[in-house]
Amino acid sequence: MTELIFYLFGALLTLSGAMVITLRNPVHSVLFLIFAFFNAAALFIMIGAEFIAMILVIVYVGAVAVLFLFVVMMLNINIAELKQGFLRYLPIGLGLALLIFVEILIAMNNSMEGMSEIPTANNSVHITNTTAIGHVLYTDYFYVFQASGVLLLIAMIGAIVLTLTHGKDARRQSIYKQVMRDPKETIELVKVNSGSGVKV
Amino acid sequence: MMLVGNISLFHFLVLGTLLFTIGACGLFINRKSVITILMSIELMLLAVNLNFVSFSIHLKDLGGQIFTIAILTVAAAEAAIGLAILVVYYRNSKTIDISEINKLKG
Repeated sequence: MTELIFYLFGALLTLSGAMVITLRNPVHSVLFLIFAFFNAAALFIMIGAEFIAMILVIVYVGAVAVLFLFVVMMLNINIAELKQGFLRYLPIGLGLALLIFVEILIAMNNSMEGMSEIPTANNSVHITNTTAIGHVLYTDYFYVFQASGVLLLIAMIGAIVLTLTHGKDARRQSIYKQVMRDPKETIELVKVNSGSGVKV
Repeated sequence: MMLVGNISLFHFLVLGTLLFTIGACGLFINRKSVITILMSIELMLLAVNLNFVSFSIHLKDLGGQIFTIAILTVAAAEAAIGLAILVVYYRNSKTIDISEINKLKG
């Protein structure tokens, strides 16, 4: 049963990955990318890494893929032009990809031979994946956590700085002018008689 | 050495290799659109994550999963910055064709 599930999700993952790089329309590519992430998340759940699976769905599908989708829709791209030269580069691309695949497989086979079996740690107390990650993320890997936060802050600032534009006649706040205003010409104290009101 | 049921670590490594190869292939054959190249990079990062998580389960060491979280962070930052650069470039030159991106060529 688990074999069936693995091969199903694995085949779907590979297929949707292939669709991402071959489809003409970038919107369809992004949608297949989202599908690929869902399949990978299912595989993660299968081997017991639920937290990573959920993070993958939330971060990738919820943020990155939607960002891609927005950008694809924002840019007015000529789809026919994009795929010119696709057939020209297909043979060399497939050849190089095959080369990489065989290389990695050979390297993997050679490294698998020397890999000894890990003695299974006998965990008597069963804790969930998320709890286990929580135990180490804020203690042993605290600096990794902090560095990730800093990295995200820098990325956010960078993205804002890159895309922010000030139009010529945009009305902006001048803090200097605001602070330097004289209270005497702005505020007036008026004595108000009851029933007469204030003349503006 | 089975991760789950009859599925060993090797199955997951081959799947990760396959996905990584697809991503690399996407870099080669899409010479026109920056967006597709960025998506290929995301695919390759996903393959790397798959490897990290399967090794983490295999070795019963959570370090691999923490590393996956770090990679996710870097991927999100990279996608944000890359797409921001893409938008700025499109605004300036009205094209994202890679073969026409050669302003730094002097």
